[in-house]
Amino acid sequence: MATITFEKAQRWYPGADSPAVPGIDLKIEDGEFMVLVGPSGCGKSTTLRMLAGLEEVNSGHIFIGDRDVTKVPPKDRDIAMVFQNYALYPHMSVADNMAFALKMAKVPADERRKRVDDAAKILGLTEYLERKPKALSGGQRQRVAMGRAIVRQPQVFCMDEPLSNLDAKMRVQTRTDIAKLQSDLGVTTVYVTHDQVEAMTMGDRVAVMKLGELQQVDTPLRLYDKPANLFVAGFIGSPQMNLMEGVADNGEVKLGNYHVPVDPTAAKKMQGNVTVGVRPEAWRIVGENDGGLPVTVTVVEELGADGFVYGTSGVEGTPHDIIIRVSARDSVQKGETLYVTTDPAKVHVFDTESGARLSE
Amino acid sequence: MSGTTSTTPATATTSQKTPRKAPSSREGNPAKAGWFARITLAVICFLWIVPVVGLFITSFRGETEANSTGWWTVFTNPGGFGFVGFDNYTQANATADLGNAFINSVAIALPATFIPLLVSAFASYAFTFMHFPGRDALFLIVVALLVIPNYVAFVPILDLYGSLGLSGTFPAVWLFHIGFGMSLAIYILRNYMGTLPLSVIESGRIDGASHFQTFWRLILPMSMPALASFAIFQFLWVWNDLFVALVFIGPGENSPMTVSIQNTLLSQQGAGWNLVTAGGFFSMIVPIIVFLSMQRFFVRGLTAGAVKG
Repeated sequence: MATITFEKAQRWYPGADSPAVPGIDLKIEDGEFMVLVGPSGCGKSTTLRMLAGLEEVNSGHIFIGDRDVTKVPPKDRDIAMVFQNYALYPHMSVADNMAFALKMAKVPADERRKRVDDAAKILGLTEYLERKPKALSGGQRQRVAMGRAIVRQPQVFCMDEPLSNLDAKMRVQTRTDIAKLQSDLGVTTVYVTHDQVEAMTMGDRVAVMKLGELQQVDTPLRLYDKPANLFVAGFIGSPQMNLMEGVADNGEVKLGNYHVPVDPTAAKKMQGNVTVGVRPEAWRIVGENDGGLPVTVTVVEELGADGFVYGTSGVEGTPHDIIIRVSARDSVQKGETLYVTTDPAKVHVFDTESGARLSE
Repeated sequence: MSGTTSTTPATATTSQKTPRKAPSSREGNPAKAGWFARITLAVICFLWIVPVVGLFITSFRGETEANSTGWWTVFTNPGGFGFVGFDNYTQANATADLGNAFINSVAIALPATFIPLLVSAFASYAFTFMHFPGRDALFLIVVALLVIPNYVAFVPILDLYGSLGLSGTFPAVWLFHIGFGMSLAIYILRNYMGTLPLSVIESGRIDGASHFQTFWRLILPMSMPALASFAIFQFLWVWNDLFVALVFIGPGENSPMTVSIQNTLLSQQGAGWNLVTAGGFFSMIVPIIVFLSMQRFFVRGLTAGAVKG
């Protein structure tokens, strides 16, 4: 078990105009499940591969525990990695796949068999041990890849989008399995994904990345409640936060001719162009004459437990697409006009130019 | 009720047929090929099989019959066959010592196949997965050597062998075949290894495999189709080779079957068609067995390097 520390770790691919990761500073606690999330090309996989030793670190340092592993070859870093395509050895049985690393480390045969059997039991792979990867389903292959990581009893698990090759149902189930397994084993884990739902559900903390830079590192709930900037606000949450551009005006935000009240901190700080963010579930539906924002409904998604209403706000000057979460039993019809409002405390205010958060 | 049941299956079959038909003609499944392709195939097969059949028939005919009438006359005049059983084979064997020549052929073909296979597999691994300065230039040079015909090197190499005292020995042909087989081998194997998933190799690195272990335990088993196809290719080429063996070994106790048949049966005995065909057919048995038993690898492997999957 160990902490992981990135100190200005930089990766600059040869021939590229700019570094893929200009210099990342990140501390991951012992036993923590850290998720790196971001759109494709944001450097999250590069960061993970630097930790695994598959990418050279051009400058800066990476520590596992107190040990500087920046120049240490992958096999001596005491890590295990799960790849997106599982990277199983196609000509070996499941048991041999799982035992390969131990064999390379010259672990005696009895010990090897015992560890493979234990891991197989945890993952429910016992009856498949003699099969070749070809004869397994996608979910089983994924578990073999996990098993291969577990048997090594490493200090760190590196997982590079391990669920993206599974179908939707399998993904949800495996997601919980991996999170549970990680907390049982207590191994420090770095998990890369582009799926913010995975990030939110699995991570103890989530690091949101964009263009090689960390945007915010925080617990899933704090990311959701207090996004540090516009990018995080738009990236975290599904459906995404309603972001509306307006102008600061006397402690309120003017959206066309509609005024949005904001919290005192933001009211003091904001000036010029600002963007207001409201989560779909933060809207309250009010009566026609209560001063709500009028929204013309274009699409209604009924999901059973709740529903999402997609509409266009009829405010002059700023027609916005608005998403509102409603109770599934509120029968909202397409073409109807709803009036919605929200509390100042639930409004996120960001500076439109810098993207920085202005609300508390 | 009956109206609905009759229309539903009809639409179902037509909607299934249309998407199925389009890919099948492109996939080139021989069972579904058109008449033109079938006739072309039949003609080509016929042209290739005729000489083999002729060889086979003649090898069982008596000397007088073989020398006086063509083998095809046996179909119209079975009385002129002059069947002599395996006499031709026994006699060819006795005259040209084909048993010994067979062993020589094996002794030449196996090392001349497996040594370049192994060496080029090492080289291809380095060209594919290791990073060193000048890698691509070196690979280009190796592949460019494919354009050099081997006979331009006969005289200088013969000269070199002369001063080294290698002429007439097995290593003389081994080295020659290794040298000239290597370009193609590296080309095929490197292309194939380039299609192997990189994450498997990275996984091996994390699992603690050295370059040699990665090569031996992961890459080599995964490259089997390409290895097999090159092995068959090279084996058939060396086994059937007359020119190189004639120049560097020549007639004598080390000569392989091709040289023995050419030298003893064809040149010295003259006119003994029946013996030449018996010897020829005898030497063809091994390539035929190798090809028939491994053609699956042969076809799959040659395309495997170029097309992924």
